[in-house]
Amino acid sequence: MSREDLVTLGGKMDGVEVIYSEQPVRPGSPAERRAERQVAAAFAGAGLSALAFMVIFVAWPWQVETPGGGYDLSALYTPLLGLMMGLALTLVGVGVVLWAKKLMPYEVTVQDRHEGASPEIERQTTAATLVAVGNATGIARRTLVKRSLGFGGLMLGLMAVFPLGGLIKKPGTALFETPWEPGMRLLTLGGLPIRPADMRPGALQTVFPPVEGGARSSDGVAMLIRLLPNQVDEFRPRPGQEDFHWNDFVAYSKICTHAGCPVSLYEQETARILCPCHQSQFVATDGARSIFGPATRSLPQLAVEVDADGYFVAKSDFIEPIGPAFWERST
Amino acid sequence: MSSRTAIQRPATPAGRTASALDERLTISAPLRRTLNKVFPDHWSFLLGEIALYSFIILLLTGTYLTFFFDASMQEIVYDGSYAPLRGIEMSRAYATSLDISFDVRGGLLIRQIHHWAALLFVASIVVHLMRTFFTGAFRKPREANWVIGVGLLVLALLEGVFGYSLTDDLLSGTGLRIINAIFLSIPVVGSWLSFAIFGGEFPGTVIIGRFYILHVLLIPGILLALIAVHLLLVVKNKHTQYPGPGRTEDNVVGKRMFPVFAAKSTGFFMVVFGITAALGGLVQINPIWLYGPYDPSQVSAGSQPDWYIGFLDGSTRLFPAWDLYIFGYNIPPLFWPTIVLPGLLFTLLGLYPFIEAKLTKDRAHHNLLQRPRDVPVRTAIGAMALAFYTVLWISGGNDLIADKFDISLNVMTWIGRIGLILAPPIAYWIAYRVCLGLQLHDREVLEHGVETGIIRRLPHGEFIEVHQPLGPVDAHGHGSLQYGGAPVPKRMNHIGGMGRAIKGFFTPLEEPPARPVTSEEEKQAELTGSGRPKDPEA
Ligand code: FES
Repeated sequence: MSREDLVTLGGKMDGVEVIYSEQPVRPGSPAERRAERQVAAAFAGAGLSALAFMVIFVAWPWQVETPGGGYDLSALYTPLLGLMMGLALTLVGVGVVLWAKKLMPYEVTVQDRHEGASPEIERQTTAATLVAVGNATGIARRTLVKRSLGFGGLMLGLMAVFPLGGLIKKPGTALFETPWEPGMRLLTLGGLPIRPADMRPGALQTVFPPVEGGARSSDGVAMLIRLLPNQVDEFRPRPGQEDFHWNDFVAYSKICTHAGCPVSLYEQETARILCPCHQSQFVATDGARSIFGPATRSLPQLAVEVDADGYFVAKSDFIEPIGPAFWERST
Repeated sequence: MSSRTAIQRPATPAGRTASALDERLTISAPLRRTLNKVFPDHWSFLLGEIALYSFIILLLTGTYLTFFFDASMQEIVYDGSYAPLRGIEMSRAYATSLDISFDVRGGLLIRQIHHWAALLFVASIVVHLMRTFFTGAFRKPREANWVIGVGLLVLALLEGVFGYSLTDDLLSGTGLRIINAIFLSIPVVGSWLSFAIFGGEFPGTVIIGRFYILHVLLIPGILLALIAVHLLLVVKNKHTQYPGPGRTEDNVVGKRMFPVFAAKSTGFFMVVFGITAALGGLVQINPIWLYGPYDPSQVSAGSQPDWYIGFLDGSTRLFPAWDLYIFGYNIPPLFWPTIVLPGLLFTLLGLYPFIEAKLTKDRAHHNLLQRPRDVPVRTAIGAMALAFYTVLWISGGNDLIADKFDISLNVMTWIGRIGLILAPPIAYWIAYRVCLGLQLHDREVLEHGVETGIIRRLPHGEFIEVHQPLGPVDAHGHGSLQYGGAPVPKRMNHIGGMGRAIKGFFTPLEEPPARPVTSEEEKQAELTGSGRPKDPEA
C-alpha cells in the first residue's frame, strides 16, 4: 500500500474522512516562494528580537538612577525588554500561523461521533458485573458492617478536618476594645500631643493612642475635628454622649463602620465625613450619623477633654465596638 | 499473535525509535487517533484557548516571582533603590515586591506580565463562558463541563484577589481590610472565622503568608486539576460545532489536529504570550511604589480593585443601609452584597443548564450549537444577566464617573440602584426583539432570495428589486430552503460564504482569478487565487 492509502485507511479506522483538500500554493510557484520567505522572515525576526532582548537585559542601564525614577535611560529598560520579548514571541506565533495557512494544505475533514449511551450489551454486562461486585462484598446484607463502616468513615472524615482547629483564635473582647484608656494623650502621626490652639476651626487631625505601634493601630486611630463656629450651635451629640466633646472639638473613630476603610475626606463647610471605599457619608455635627451610602451606624465617638498641661486626652475607650459590624455586636 | 511476529524493522533511526516505543507502550492506535482527531474551526472557539494560555503564562511568571518574593509581614526599614520610600518602615512582603520592581533585573517586566496575564485570564474565562452560554454549548452531554467552568471562574476570581493582596501596599491592604470585614459580617461564625483566618484581630501578622500559600499552591493546584478535567471532557465529548452544510449531530467537520490545527494553536499561544509580554513591558500596571506601605489610617483616594472584583464593589456601594437585628444579634449590611449576592449569582450560573433542561424538557443529545437569535428566550436571559452585571460593574467606579462628569455621588448611587432594577427587563425585551427580527430576516432571505440592489421596472410600471434565490424555487419564485439555524447569506458577495473568504478588510488582499484556464497547473493556480475552495463534488 502506498503512504496515501495507509493514511486513508488509518482515517477510516478512526472514522475520519478528508472530503476536501487544497494546497494553498502550487509547489514551486512564485507564490510558494513568497510564502516561504514570509515565514522565514517572521522566524528570523523572532530570533533577532530575542537576541535584542538578551543584549538589552545585560547591557542597558537598568537601575533607577535619579530619585523617583526620572526619565533617564533606565526608565526605558522595562519597556524595551517587554517590546523585544513581545516581538519575539509574537513573531514566532505569526510565523507558525503563516506556515499553517500558506504552506499547509487547507482541508475540510469529517469525523463521525460515537456518543450517547453505550450499546445495550455493554450496559447490561457492566451493570451485572457491578452488582456482582457489590454482592461479593455482601455490603447490602451485612448491616452491622455497613453501619459501623458508616460510623468509622464519618468520624475519620471529621478527624481529617479537626487539625484545622489549630487555626481557631478566640475573639474574646478584642473586637470591643481599642488601645485607648482614660487619660491617654491624643498624638499626631509624628507622636506629638495636641493643644486646642494647634487647630484652626474646620481643621481635622488624625490622632493615635500613645502606645507601642499606636501610629499603625488599626482600631485606635481617630479623628479630632474642630467645628466651625456656626456649626457649634448645630452640634447634636448622640444621647448619652453629651459630654464626649470638648468645646468645639469632637473626636470620632476613623474606621468606617461599613467595611473598615479609614474615612479620609472631610468637607469643612458641611461637616461631612466621606469614606472613599463605598461613599458612606457621616455628619460630624450630628454625632457622626451615617446619612448616605451603605454604612448603617454612626462613627463611634471618643470622649475627649484637655488635661492639666493643656493637651487633649481621652476620657475613656470607645464605648462601642469600632469599625465593621459583626454578629455579636448588639445594637 | 501473528501481527506481533510480523513486525517490520524500520530502516531509519526515527522509525526505529518509534518502533521501540510502540513495542513497549502499544501506542500506535491511540497516537494515530490523536493525530486524526478533527476539530471544528471557528474564532469563538479560541476564547477558551486564550484562558488556557494565560494560565500557562501565569504559572511561568508566577514561579519566577516566588524566587524573589517573601510573604512576611515582619516590619523592616526599606533601603532599596527606590529613593522616595527609603527609610520608611514596611513589611518584608512590600519591600520584596519593591525589590522585584527596582532591584531585580527584568523583575518589573515579569511582575507586570503576571498582572496583565491575570486580567486576561479572568476576562477570557468570562467571554468564553458567554460564548458557551449564548450558543447553548452547555446542553447535554456537556453540563458537567459547564459546572467545572463556573468553578474555574470562581477560583480564578479568588486567585486574583489573593494575588493582589500579597504586595501589602496601601491599596491591597485596604482590600484586605474589606475582606476581613466581609468575613466578620457572616452571621454566627463571623468573628471566629475572621480571627481564624487572620490569626487574631486584623491585620495580625500571618495573613499574607496564608494567602500566599493559597495563591501559589492550593488554588493553582485545584485550577490545574480542573482545567485538565475540563479539557479531557472536551476531547471525550468532541467539540461542538455551528450548524452548516454537511454538519450534523453525528459528525464533526473541521480540521485534523495535526498539523494545521496544532500549528495554528501553537502560533496563537505565542501571539497571546507575545501581546501579554509587550503589555507587561509597555503598559504600567499596579505601580505599587506610588501607593506606599499599608497603613490602617490611610487610604488612597479613588482606589479601585482589579476589574473582575468591580461588580462586587458595585453591589456593596449600591446596597441600601439595612441593618438587621435578630434576638440582639446583628447581620451587617455588608453580608448581603458580598456573600449572599455572589453566592446566589454563581449558584444560578452553575445550575443554569439543569434549569433550562427542566423548563424546556429537552433531554436530547446536542452537538450542534445554536445561534443566539434562534433561542430568543435564552439570549434575552443572558442579556438580562449582562445588564445586571454591567450596572454593578459601573457602580464599582461610580465615584470616578461622578468626578469625571461632575454628577453628585448620591445621584450616581441612585442611578445605579434604579438601573439595577430597570436595566435587566429592558435588556431582556430588546434582546428578545432583536433575535426575532434577525430570525425573520433570515427566513425572508431563504424565501425570497438575496437583495441584489438591481431595480427593474415591470411592463405595467411597477418597480421591483431583483432577488437572487438561494436555491430552487417553486412556481411563485419562493425558495424551498428550510430554516436550519445556519448563517444565511445576506449580500451577493456572501453567497458561497461557507468556504474561505477572500482576505482583506477594505480591499481584497488576494488576487481574484484573472487568466482563463489553459492547463491543469493553471487550473490549480486559479483555485488558489480565488481564495475559495472548489466545490468538493465538482
Ligand atoms: S468602608 Fe466606608 S463605605 Fe464601605
